[in-house]
Parts: sequence; structure tokens; C-alpha cells
Amino acid sequence: MNAPFEGIGASVRRKEDLRFISGRGHYVDDMNRPGQLHAVMKRSDRPHAKILSIDTSAALAAPGVVAVYTGTDTAALGSIPCGWQIHNKDGSPMAEPRHPMLAEGKVRHVGDILAVVIAATKQQAKDAAELLHIDLEELPAIANVADAIAPGAPVLHDAAPGNVCYDWHIGDKAGVDAAFAAAHRVITLDLTNNRLVPNAMEPRAAIGDYDSSTGDYTLYTTSQNPHVIRLLMGAFVLGLPEHKLRVVAPDVGGGFGSKIYHYAEEAIVTWSAGKLGRAIKWTADRSESFMSDAHGRDHVSTAKMAIDKDGKFLALHVDTLCNMGAYLSTFATAVPTYLYATLLAGTYTTPVIYAEVKAVFTNTVPVDAYRGAGRPEAAFLIERLVDVVAYDTGMDRVDIRRKNFIPRDAFPYQTPVALQYDSGDYFATLEAAQKTADWAGFPARRAASAAQGKLRGIGISTYLEACGIAPSKVVGSLGARAGLYEVANIRVHPTGSVTVFTGTHSHGQGHETTMAQLVVDQLGIPLANVDVVHGDTAKIPFGMGTYGSRSLAVGGSAMVKAMDKIILKGRKIAAHLLEADVGDIEFKDGKFSVAGTDRSKSFGEIALTAYVPHNYPIEELEPGLDETAFYDPKNFTFPGGCHICEVEIDPATGIPTIVNFVAVDDVGRVVNPMIVEGQVQGGIAQGIGQALYEHAAYDAHGQLISGSFMDYTMPRADNLPNITVATENTMCTHNPLGSKGCGEVGAIGSPPAVIGAIVDALKDYGVRHLNMPASPEKIWSIIQAGRPAMAAE
Amino acid sequence: MYDFAYHKPSSVADAVALLGDSEAKALAGGQTFIPVLKQRLNKPSAVVDLAGLGLSGITVTATTVTIGASTTHVTVANSAEVKKAIPGLANLASWIGDVAVRYRGTIGGSLANNDPAACYPSAALALGATIKTNTREIAADDFFQGMFTTALEPGEIILSASFPIPEMSAYEKFRNPASRYAMVGVFVAKTASGVRVAVTGASQGGVFRHTAFETALSANFSASALDGIATPADGLNSDIHGSAAYRAHLVGVMAKRAVAAAA
Repeated sequence: MNAPFEGIGASVRRKEDLRFISGRGHYVDDMNRPGQLHAVMKRSDRPHAKILSIDTSAALAAPGVVAVYTGTDTAALGSIPCGWQIHNKDGSPMAEPRHPMLAEGKVRHVGDILAVVIAATKQQAKDAAELLHIDLEELPAIANVADAIAPGAPVLHDAAPGNVCYDWHIGDKAGVDAAFAAAHRVITLDLTNNRLVPNAMEPRAAIGDYDSSTGDYTLYTTSQNPHVIRLLMGAFVLGLPEHKLRVVAPDVGGGFGSKIYHYAEEAIVTWSAGKLGRAIKWTADRSESFMSDAHGRDHVSTAKMAIDKDGKFLALHVDTLCNMGAYLSTFATAVPTYLYATLLAGTYTTPVIYAEVKAVFTNTVPVDAYRGAGRPEAAFLIERLVDVVAYDTGMDRVDIRRKNFIPRDAFPYQTPVALQYDSGDYFATLEAAQKTADWAGFPARRAASAAQGKLRGIGISTYLEACGIAPSKVVGSLGARAGLYEVANIRVHPTGSVTVFTGTHSHGQGHETTMAQLVVDQLGIPLANVDVVHGDTAKIPFGMGTYGSRSLAVGGSAMVKAMDKIILKGRKIAAHLLEADVGDIEFKDGKFSVAGTDRSKSFGEIALTAYVPHNYPIEELEPGLDETAFYDPKNFTFPGGCHICEVEIDPATGIPTIVNFVAVDDVGRVVNPMIVEGQVQGGIAQGIGQALYEHAAYDAHGQLISGSFMDYTMPRADNLPNITVATENTMCTHNPLGSKGCGEVGAIGSPPAVIGAIVDALKDYGVRHLNMPASPEKIWSIIQAGRPAMAAE
Repeated sequence: MYDFAYHKPSSVADAVALLGDSEAKALAGGQTFIPVLKQRLNKPSAVVDLAGLGLSGITVTATTVTIGASTTHVTVANSAEVKKAIPGLANLASWIGDVAVRYRGTIGGSLANNDPAACYPSAALALGATIKTNTREIAADDFFQGMFTTALEPGEIILSASFPIPEMSAYEKFRNPASRYAMVGVFVAKTASGVRVAVTGASQGGVFRHTAFETALSANFSASALDGIATPADGLNSDIHGSAAYRAHLVGVMAKRAVAAAA
């Protein structure tokens, strides 16, 4: 009987799913520590106010209450740090106001933490929180970016005059100006990228624990990167050395970026645990998630494309205002700069680009990376602008794309905005998607819909993104305050089974399966003999975590390097046992053999020999078979592809229905096609959510209007079409796997295709662009404006 | 939620006695009330669970469908008798909320709460239902008195609702994209004595009868009879999901679709 195919390319079932679907996952809120207390955060319901006084006496006297802390108690502690320093156009560093764990002097957004109440039960803590006497003096507040930079706007931070965090730019301004002056035509598009609430299924939670006998702290937290939290919280906020602080991120129920960041609540429970000598647990209510998880997107941009008379792109100018919220979250500053403006070439040969980005503070929840992180904003801007160029010139949307695509033979391709693409074939993904979506047959389907009184449209996006963040030297030169390598420890046990300790973190992606398949492929052992461990700083040597679709491209590459070391050592052991020269030992299909002979040793025999070194080259080799590798990527990876969306609109109500969605992506080497399909589908679901449904709406004065699922429209299963996912892959040329990343392509590629389809459906109504979300009322209003005399139906 | 006493009486008299405490609240299916309690938006001294009163069940006669107050939405939706007698009512119940809501939520709870975006009030009003309580019978026209307000007196408990069987009826709604409550729901009922049209979800005042539509449809029961009859936007809700003008428009669209579905 042949062994089942479980290596790279096999759609094996996810190893982790049995525990998830049978209720045996182990999440932070499932944990309880001996003597544990419960923390409740007293949050501001005012967007901007001076704290005149907080009287804690009644709360402290309430049943079960152990402690109440306010910003006065934590004022000597560090600021929650920002991990990336951006510089202004003039070279000066960005404004970086203090981000206290508990509000000091002022609250700056609804959800800002005024006090923490710690009691024996959560119920008691909640009761006591209502007894806090808080005297606030309300201040004028701002929620949107235009208001933030208006003259006379209320200022959030003394350290950020005019509410500006930074005023940054990239590219060749003079070159763009010259190209614009000489161009046949310049086409302008104003657009927004709507603000989103991440809404992971599992709300954030944290337990701080302290052992007074050893001085050891442990933080159990819902994190995508426990080592990063240990570094940020330990070194910058609480002053705890790494060897005294363990951070555990067990099963985590979705992150989408929102669980990358170091949050105030983590520092509060850890610090309080030390103060009180007791474990302290906090779990967010869903309402707290809405007002405290970092939000995503929130850009307002003007994009201008200069073209020649044939529709060839000559120059691109982009001006973006982006919302940082009230404080700088961990990666907030990098998202609208190096993860956005560097992507503005997209899949096109636009020879000269200039972008300026102004980041501003507002009285809203901090904004940071959300699935795609800057690249969805870039893709939406470029792909919508390309559609508008086609619309304004009367050219075909696909022709203009093909005319401007980076040619197949132009890789590696240096863009005018710093990045160098290693590989890609945008014609291949476009043609495959058009074929699968029956692009050519669309006019007939449109006519059939029209006969039923419906408006039908088709939209296309030929996007590109960047994953696998990132070469440490490069990001360091751009302001990152950390390296962005990844770490793998491969522990071969004496009988040849393997435990992988990875610095990445799986919170739904299926790493426990995908990464095990890498071991199957490289070491030739069965999947059942491999376990993948992540999420505990006490077990994993180090790691930068999971975001930016980096886990396979960077974390997987670290595994390959560590396994290379395992195989090299195994060959030395095999050479000794087989009395052959190391140079003659081959390793294939789990066997070390002498080239050209039938003499071999299995992987298991070599492992056993390494741990029971009775017959062993002990003078030259240490016993054991356990290797660690740090892998620092040489470049970003560049997934891309083509998404095609077809919608049908009910003109009487404006309700759009997606009737077909096709995605053909280039994600490089695919390890598990089933998992890739699921990742792409999930990303597309979120992209459709952004395009049609989701919007974190603030009123002009900073009140979050869509603060619950009663008003925040999460896409539901019946909002989504069947999604056809395929890949047309070119290999990444600079990592050992050839993989590029697949976690975000869906969320990046899909929104422009959806909006393009709606605009196409409405093309008889004189509309060239529509901002997200394309709600039924927005669509209906366009139809009404185009046909003012139309009756109700 | 806050602490409260919990009672599950087995007779209406006991329930009424327990509700004599002015801080006590009645619990029917709990699909609105439990979330309200969880968010600490209500602090009752006691919760009086009506599930033990034996008020479930459906009785159909030649002229009337009577539904016990504790009957769940899914029971109404799946009832062969209701589907035959008043298909519009069964259809309305079949897409209230989501599956979980339909298995727990009850008709009595929905009527008593009179959420301005709830579905059932439109059926009760359009069908001219009679709400029977422990003390009296109340015509639907008198029962609904504005959002979250009804004719019920303190301590008064709905026992059942009786719906005269119409010649034709149907319900259509435009769901709030986020909450899936009715943003605009229209129930149309045609009887020998004329047509009644009730609109839920749209108005700041809760469910209301659309008399202009009723007049037009009583003369000519067809969707085209509503052509050119505008619904005033005054007093309609306006929020991030839809302006008053959009809701006014949707009232017409939903009414036409309901008429088409009924006819």
C-alpha cells in the first residue's frame, strides 16, 4: 500500500479542526488561574473630555472589590509604543504623543479607559464600576480626517499640533508634475476607503498572572504574536525583562490584524497582577470590541492619472488623508505609508508616481492594519482609477489594463515607488478569470436581466499586493523598530517524530496542517508524526508572529532552513553508520542512502542514533537532532491576480445581489489547495463585506453610531455568492518554498471588482464611481437621480 | 445583567400577582428582553417567566385563527392550518429574525413589546386582530399606541390573539441590512369589507395603517392601483441605513409586492 500523499500540494484535512468543531479548542476565556480576580474596564462614553476627577471610594467599598486604578496610578509607567517611526517630508520625525494604558488628564475617544475595577467576580466589578463618580468636562471633538485638519479644529494632543501625526511622501514629485504638464489628459478621482471594525469571532481577552515566589509574570492573551507583545509590553510599558515575562497566546478565534497590537488591557492586567499578587482576568464584551479593537482603513484620497492618447499611463499622483484615531496603535503608522503608497504601481508600468500621505489624529478608536493593511486601500484606489480612466475615455476596461500591464518578461520589475517585483504574470490570471467568469457572454446575461427588470453589471480587478514582510534591513531603514525575520525550531524526537516550534501564530489559518505538510515533504515522514506548536514564549525560541500573509513565506522558509540543518546532520550520522563519505549520502523520501547503492538508513534510525549515540561520531558531532533557524526574507513577495464580480440590482429597492464571483490568484507555491481556497474565500467574504455592507460610522462629533451588530452590517452567509477560486501561479524567486501568501488576496482584490460591477450595472445613470459600502439606498438614489420621474416600481 | 428574582408561575393569576410589583417584568420568549438585561439597560426586581402558563397553541375555525400568546414564531410558520387559513401570517412568522429567534420568540411577546420594527404588529393591525388579555379584549386598532407602547395596563397579560380570516393577505418587508428587523414591512389584507394595509418599521410612531393605500386597493386590488400614491416621508425614521425619503419609497414598493403576492 502506498503512503497517502500528504506533502506539498495535498489537500489534507486540517489537523486542528477536530478540536475546534468539537468544542475542545482552548481559548483565553476558557482559562482560569487559581485565586483569579476579574477586571472590568470603565470606558469613556464621551469622545473628548477633560477628566476633572474620579472618585473611587464608593466603588472600592462595594462587595468583592479588591482594587480600582486610574491613570494617576499608572502615570509613571511607559507609553504603549508605536512600532514604526515615520518621518515627515522635511525629515523630522512624526508626532508620537503618549499613549497611556489608563487615560491621563483627558479621554480622547469613546472607549478610552478611565479606570479599571478589579473584584472577585466580573459581576461585582461591573456593579462597582457603576459606582465610580467621574466628573468630565466635555471638549469639542472630531471624527473625520477633513475636520481634523481644518483651521481651529480641536486638538487631541499637545504633542501633535494641528492633529497631524505626519506629513509624508514618496516618489518623484517633479517627474510627476512634468508628466502631467505634457500629458494628453489627466483623469481625477476622489474616493474614500471606508472605516471597518474587525469583529473577530472571539473577543479579546487577557489574564495577567504573577508568582511572587519567583517574580515571574505570565500574560495569557488573544494575540497573533506573543513575542512581540512580550517585547512591547515588557520593554516599553512595564519594564519587565524577557526572562521574567511569559506571554501565551493559545487558540485564538480570528484576528484579521486586530490582534497584532499591544493593547492597554494587556498591560493593565499584567501590571495589576503584580500589584495584587493575584491573577486578573479580563474578557471584552462585544460592545467593548467595537469601541476598543483597532479599526481598519479610513482613507480619503484624490488620485490623478496622466495618460497619453492611447490610454497608456504616464504618471500617477495620489494625495491621501488617513485616520490614525486617537492614539498610535502598534503598526498604524506603517499601514498608510510603506504598506500602501509603495503599492501604487499595482500591476502597471506607470513610470513615475508621487504620493503624499497625511496622517491625522481624531476622537475615534485607533486605526491599524486590518486584513490587507494598506494594500486593499492601494488596490481599491488604483483599480477604481483605472476603471474611471476607461469610463472617461470610452476605452475598454480590459484593454486598458492589458495595455498597461507589466509584461511577462519584465521581471524582476523595479517600480517607481521602491518595491521590486520578483515574479508575476498578470495576463495569465486575467485570461483565466475571464474564461471562468464567461466575460464574453456577459452582454447576453445583461440583456436577460434587463428583460426581468433588473440591472446587471460586471466588474474586474487586476490587483497586486505585497506579503512576506519583510527584509529586516530594509524595514529598519524605513523606520521599523523591529526585525521582521521568522524563527523555526524543528525538534526531531528519538523515534523520528517531529515537533515544530514556530514563531508564527495560527488563529484560524490552518498552520498546524500546512506547516506539518512542509515537514512531510522535506523529511519524508507521515503527517501523523508531526505536530506544530505556536503561541508561547516559553516554548518558542522567538518569533515575530502572523500578519501580512507572512507565515508560510517567512515562517515556512525558516522551517525549510532548520530542516536543511537536520538533513545535513542526518547525512553525517548516516555516513558514519553506513561507513561512507558524507558527500555520497543522499536524502530522499525519508531515507539516507549511499548514492548508487541500496544501502540506506531510515529517518527514524538516524533520529534514534542521534539520541542513543552508542555508535556515533561523538568527537565531531553533538548528540541530538534539534535545529533552529532564523530566516530573514530577501524581499517582499508579490501575490496578485484577477477578481471578477457580477451583480444584479433590483432597481426598485437598490438591493445588489452578487450573482457570480471568480478569483484567479497567483499565490506562488500552494502547499494545501483546500486551505488556500478557504483563505481566499474568507478574504473575499470580507472584501464583499467592505464593498457592500460594513461601515464604522461615527457622527461628526465622535460618537460611534454603528457600535453593535444592530447597526454594523456584517456580511452573512446569504449575502455571499458561490465563489469560484483558482490559482495561476508563478513562483516567488527568493524564498526556498516559492510561496507568496494567500491570506489577504481575497480582501485586497475583491472590493474594486464589486464596486466596478455596481458602477457597470448603473452605467446608464451617469455614474463613474461609487464609494463603499454601496448600500441599497446609495444605489437607489443614483437610479432616482437618473430617472426622477420613475414611479415606485 | 443585574441580579433579579426569577419566577415561573403556572397560573395566570399567580403571574398577575407577581407582576403586581411595579419593578417586576414579564418574560415571554426573551428575544428582546434578555439582550436588554444583558446590557444592563433594565433593572427589574423580578422576572416573571410566562412560559409555564400553558398559553401555546393554535385554534382555527371557519372565520378565525386564534394563536396562544406563548406560541413561537416557528410554530406559526410551520402550522398547516395557519398556512391554509392566512398564508400571509404564516409567511410573516417564517422570516422574523433568525432561526434562534423564531424558536424562542413568541407572538405575545412581540405584540406586547410593540417594537416599531417588529413584524407581528403589522399583521395584527392589517388583519384587524383582537388581543385577548386576562381582563378584556382589545381591538388591534386600539392596542398599538406608538413605539414600545400598547394599551396594556400594568399587570395585564396577553393570553391570545385572534385573527379574522381574510380573503387574501400577504406580507413583504425590506430588512435592515444589519439587524434584519423590518426597515419597512407592509402587511396587506383583503376582506369582504375592504382592504387594510399596515406598515411597520418605517415610522417613528411604530406600526400604522396606510389609509391612502387602503382606499385605492379597496377600489382595485392590484399593485398598479398604488401607482402615483406617494407616502409622505414626514415622521418616518431616518438613520445610517436609510433616509425617511427612501423608507417612504420602500413603503410603496413593499406594498405593491405584498399585493402582488396576495393576489
